[in-house]
Amino acid sequence: MRSKNLFIDPGRCIGCQACVAACRECDSHRGRSMIHLDYVDMGNSSAAMPTVCMHCSDPVAPCAQVCPVDAIPVGPDGVVGTASAELCIGCGNCVHACPFGVPKLDVAEMLQYKCDLCYDRSSQGLLPMCASVCPTDALFYGTYEELLEKRPSAEAVDVFEFGEQAIITGNAVVAPAGRNDAIPGGYSVWSEMDQDPT
Amino acid sequence: MARRPLLPVLAPGVAAFRRETSRPGRYVSAERGETRVATHCCYCGVQCGMYLRVSSNGKVFGVEPRGHDINKLKLCPKGVTAYQQVNHPDRLTKPLMRDRRGEPLREVSWDTALNRVVSEIRRIQQTYGKDAFAVYSGSSLATEKCYLMGKFARVALGTRHIDYNGRLCMVSAAAANKQAFGVDRAANPWSDMLETDVILLLGANVGECFPVATQYFWGARDRGARLITVDPRETPIARTADIHVPLRPGTDAAFCNGVLHVVEREGLVDSEFIASRTSGWDQVRDDLPEYTPERVGHICGLDPALIEKVGLTWGRAARAMAFHARGIEHHIQGVDNCLSVINLCLATGNFGKPGAGYGTITGQGNGQGGREHGQKADQLPGQRSIEDPVHRAHICEVWGISDEELPREGTSAVEMVHQAEAGEIKGWIGICNNPMVSMPNHDRVARGYDALEFHCQIDFFLSETCERADVVLPGTSWAEDEGVSTNAEGRVVKYNKASEPPGEARPDWQIVCEIARRLGHHADKFRFGGPRELFEELRVASAGGEADYSGMTYDRIEETGGIFWPCPSEDHPGTPRLFEERFHHPDGRARFHAIEWRPPAEEVDGKYPLRLTTGRTVAHYLSGNQTRRIDALVQQTPRPWVEVHLSLGFVDGDPVTVTTRRGSATYPALVVSSIRQDTVFIPYHWAGKVAANLMTVDALDPTSRIPEFKVCACRIEMGSEIDVPPPPPVPPGVREYEEVGAFDRSQPSAPQGRGTGRG
Repeated sequence: MRSKNLFIDPGRCIGCQACVAACRECDSHRGRSMIHLDYVDMGNSSAAMPTVCMHCSDPVAPCAQVCPVDAIPVGPDGVVGTASAELCIGCGNCVHACPFGVPKLDVAEMLQYKCDLCYDRSSQGLLPMCASVCPTDALFYGTYEELLEKRPSAEAVDVFEFGEQAIITGNAVVAPAGRNDAIPGGYSVWSEMDQDPT
Repeated sequence: MARRPLLPVLAPGVAAFRRETSRPGRYVSAERGETRVATHCCYCGVQCGMYLRVSSNGKVFGVEPRGHDINKLKLCPKGVTAYQQVNHPDRLTKPLMRDRRGEPLREVSWDTALNRVVSEIRRIQQTYGKDAFAVYSGSSLATEKCYLMGKFARVALGTRHIDYNGRLCMVSAAAANKQAFGVDRAANPWSDMLETDVILLLGANVGECFPVATQYFWGARDRGARLITVDPRETPIARTADIHVPLRPGTDAAFCNGVLHVVEREGLVDSEFIASRTSGWDQVRDDLPEYTPERVGHICGLDPALIEKVGLTWGRAARAMAFHARGIEHHIQGVDNCLSVINLCLATGNFGKPGAGYGTITGQGNGQGGREHGQKADQLPGQRSIEDPVHRAHICEVWGISDEELPREGTSAVEMVHQAEAGEIKGWIGICNNPMVSMPNHDRVARGYDALEFHCQIDFFLSETCERADVVLPGTSWAEDEGVSTNAEGRVVKYNKASEPPGEARPDWQIVCEIARRLGHHADKFRFGGPRELFEELRVASAGGEADYSGMTYDRIEETGGIFWPCPSEDHPGTPRLFEERFHHPDGRARFHAIEWRPPAEEVDGKYPLRLTTGRTVAHYLSGNQTRRIDALVQQTPRPWVEVHLSLGFVDGDPVTVTTRRGSATYPALVVSSIRQDTVFIPYHWAGKVAANLMTVDALDPTSRIPEFKVCACRIEMGSEIDVPPPPPVPPGVREYEEVGAFDRSQPSAPQGRGTGRG
């Protein structure tokens, strides 16, 4: 397990899209942003939240597991990479398997793209582009201890529950104080089907 | 009830899978003979440090975050993409000229263009007098160039008509600071915010206009500080504020007086500070009984309890800081608004200590430096006054001219355009501004510019204002020259040159010095070999003034990461925090000013029942001449919108027509509950039919001459066709843009732009 992770804090996000712009500058995929920036409370507030690859650790990388050609590499440090261009067949399995909706499929190229934690940068001790530029540290890269040093009261959560399925992620989300239980990850189709009386 | 099994913790084969493909495949090394040039961003007053990435053939091709003390690696979307201006296909690379208005601009040689400029200056000044030629400059220029523009107007042209685009920006704060403190600068470095207990932020959409400054506000809150925001809109920084005050536009001074009323009533004033460090408190106190929370609540459209709460929070804070921006400055009462904030800080003794202070957040990169060294109508270098005999004598000596040769105070930018309309000003050189987007009441601005007999514009993109000019001279972007810039804190930082100008474009200082040389009048005083020589003269000119740069050198600025003025000698460390012991009036005391709230120039009525306010969005900068050409920024925010409260009955994307006494345009509605019901908002970065400044009022503050961009009366109604923003103008021979932002009901999705969650 690597020691440094991204910590995403929606409470600090100002929705400026600096992360989106910076992601486009990454040398391994210039001109293409891997970040999904959503205005999550449209009409009511200016709230926003970036979604980057969470680098699922348990179960490890559902995207990689479903890849029929083993194109998605998972490093010993838990970093889940972009599908290798040499291997990827553009089938889109990973897009469907990802619980967070992260990978993008370039239909023209028939290639998958997703956040690889700026491996070329982070493996050399540089911050990933998004976390480097984020004006508010809504995207923070470092150890949990480093996060606490800056924000003594911060609580981070790396467990998401999709119905019965819990997923532990490499990256984490900063939760409001006192609410650090698992984050409900969305609607569970399975448990709905299970309740079918017939 | 059968349940599907949980997915296994580790899928079969994953361990081997991990081993085999432990290194991802597709990476391009960042280090391939590239050079990284340390510099700062060209946009807002934060002045984030950045590295420009330069290829081995000398082209700027990228950006790398820089761990400068100001921004600590952080950048906003404008900063990240700023480098894309440098090799942009729209760049002006040749001088352009037309013989008659209405003809298209054509490429000409430098000689032809400069000869025309010089002969027109001579003709107009000989025919109509020296003051008939005006210079309109800007604060996005490096300080050396700002200094040069002032000297050029006064010495080479001998005209009193020189002003700068800070007149549309933060000049109300400048005037208020001068009146209250005797000097115009933010009182504290931003790092002081980390030690404060309460921050009062007025009329400042920090999250969008100064995104990287947000880290100081969040940093303060991480340490337990409370944040109070005052804005008719719940902007990103206001969203999670401890107290948000959604006041009615144009009522800021009443609000501040109301807060001071509570502070004074509760006995929370710092009597010792008031007695020892200030003057004028009695007059202020005498007016306070009128500003009861009830009356102020009525004026501002607020619950009086909110004013009580702010008063108590501010008054009880051991250390507090106040910051403001254009929201309170762009008013006919702009100076008073700033003074009413200063009153709050003075009354509670919040000056001159870590965590206690005040500042305006300048909108332009060099908004501070650009208003210090003499391109302002009433000013000489070093924040000297052009009407003060001692100040005049100093500058006359530095410039080697007589007092008779040095013109007197001129008029403000908007007034100069009105003088052009009236035929008093006949010739014009503009640099670093785009009034056809940025000045209020466009019809009148167009009449002013069109009435000129000669208009020359210097820029590096063909702006909407260049498009109307007789001669357009291609200047440089910030990455093609060196120079200093002073950020919103008063910290002087250094831009470094990363590449050569494209085509025949020339550095701005070279263009201006060449015009002076050809004019011949005092030509010897413009023999500068470059920005370094200009800076050396600026140091001498500023020596002894309030904005004293005389102890700074380029090397010192680079070694230290920035020096705060005043810095009067080379062994002086600079002055990050002002007013620790004394204010800058001769008696050392700050001045209170009794402020009486006045309504805006245009009150609402039956025909125009709503208030229109204007401002920025995060993806664009000022008149948009730079940012409307950057693909990523246009994708984020392709067009303006009108933000309306959901109670007004529209749905997102409805064509809503906004009408004021001066103009009308139809925008897609962005329906929100985060704006006041009686207020609508339009971002102002676009030109033509969708320009917000078609509609704004050109009423001016009596002191600062700033226009009232932030409030006028309007009405809205369901329209039919949404107006399409015109594409940015391009020089001859460059492929034109298609129409931008053809109507799409899905946009905009938020004030900060369109989300990227889909696709």
